[in-house]
Amino acid sequence: MSSIGTGYDLDVSEYSPEGKLFQVEYAHKAVESSGTAVGICCRDGVVLAVENIVTSKLYETNCNRRVFHIDRHIGMAASGLLPDARAVARHAREEAADYRQSHGEPMPLSELASRVSNLMHAYTMYSAVRPFGCGVLLAAFENGRPQLYGVEPSGVYYSYHGYAIGKAKQNARTEIEKLKLAELSAANGVKEAAKIIYSCHDEVKDKYFELDLSLTSAETAGRHVIVTGEQWTEASNYAKAALEEHDSDDDV
Amino acid sequence: MLADWTQQEVLTGTTIMAVEYNGGVVIGADSRTSSGTYVTNRTQDKLTPLTEYIYCCRSGSAADTQAIADHVRYYLDFSRISQGREPTVRYAAHVMQSILYNNRDNLSAAVIVAGWDEVNGGQVYCIPLGGLLVRQPMAAGGSGSTYIWGHLDAQFKPGMTDTECQEFVAKSVSLAIKRDGSSGGVCRLAVINRSGVQRRIIMHEDLPKSYDG
Repeated sequence: MSSIGTGYDLDVSEYSPEGKLFQVEYAHKAVESSGTAVGICCRDGVVLAVENIVTSKLYETNCNRRVFHIDRHIGMAASGLLPDARAVARHAREEAADYRQSHGEPMPLSELASRVSNLMHAYTMYSAVRPFGCGVLLAAFENGRPQLYGVEPSGVYYSYHGYAIGKAKQNARTEIEKLKLAELSAANGVKEAAKIIYSCHDEVKDKYFELDLSLTSAETAGRHVIVTGEQWTEASNYAKAALEEHDSDDDV
Repeated sequence: MLADWTQQEVLTGTTIMAVEYNGGVVIGADSRTSSGTYVTNRTQDKLTPLTEYIYCCRSGSAADTQAIADHVRYYLDFSRISQGREPTVRYAAHVMQSILYNNRDNLSAAVIVAGWDEVNGGQVYCIPLGGLLVRQPMAAGGSGSTYIWGHLDAQFKPGMTDTECQEFVAKSVSLAIKRDGSSGGVCRLAVINRSGVQRRIIMHEDLPKSYDG
């Protein structure tokens, strides 16, 4: 046995005597060591934000986005292994397109979350595959109601008012809890989400990161859009300003 | 030598219609089923339930439309169980349309799907012979409809009340029953809204009166 493990982690579907599936737990670890992804349900929309850690200055900006379009009305943010997240996104897109074809209307997010969760769970059960090393947040603004789902590598999924996955998930969740989500507008939600990502970013461990933002709201007529340009700059500046203010408070 | 009606397909030579009002839909139909000139059934129910909130009005081959309605009902029942909520009217219309379109060379069926759902309220979808699907605030079909289009166009108002709408449908179907040889019998009505379906029959002698000349 090459590893120092107890030997219960050689097969995805093998239980340890404690009832744990080690491969699935390792997959969770892959998510926990990745940039934080945040999802917030606001009064009139849903915001997704990701701390997209950049490992080299040689990358072009925005070449490895961690927010994805799944359908016109559904967005996805991912934390964990990027190629795995892309595979999940591809699958989710196919599901959403199939649903449109067979139902003649956009896929409800609850349905998509269930399908994505089925896929991720299936990958914890067979020896020929490994669990997905990513967690995803799915967002939509359906019939005037903001919806957010989080799916984990084990296949567990819940519907949330606000959620965070990845490195600084604990901090981020605490920050989300402080927001008054029922009153927050999506436009301000974008800024708050950006602020949370900036405040959770660890400058010592990860020097550079890109802020990936996306939004689906009443203003975007229920369509999922990647936040760019002026709105992005505004959110990013707001986050930086809030952070500096916070730091100067510390000095006193 | 057999009588000619034994050789002819059983058709719902029909008048059917559906109208959206402010809160739901009203659907109506005559009750005649004929085979050539022979009236096979004078009390046919052409308003067929697909779910508790969605109905279809059938015209064309009685056999085809019954079989298709059964099929669509199966799909919608399945959808209710798997999604845990009532299917939307749009989905019902879409399932109906796919069946009609995919089998358009072998079917003789034109239907109106109408009902109510939580998302979009009362809706009327018209699916004529080839399998086209269009949402309309008002739709009419069957041989009888050709005699009343002028009346429908003149009298239809968007956003009618429940009672106004029932009167409009009853009057229109009655006019068609009078002029169309293949429509007749009683006028069946159904009102579909948030609280479900309410059905009515207007017996032949009680049909709204009009010029008898």
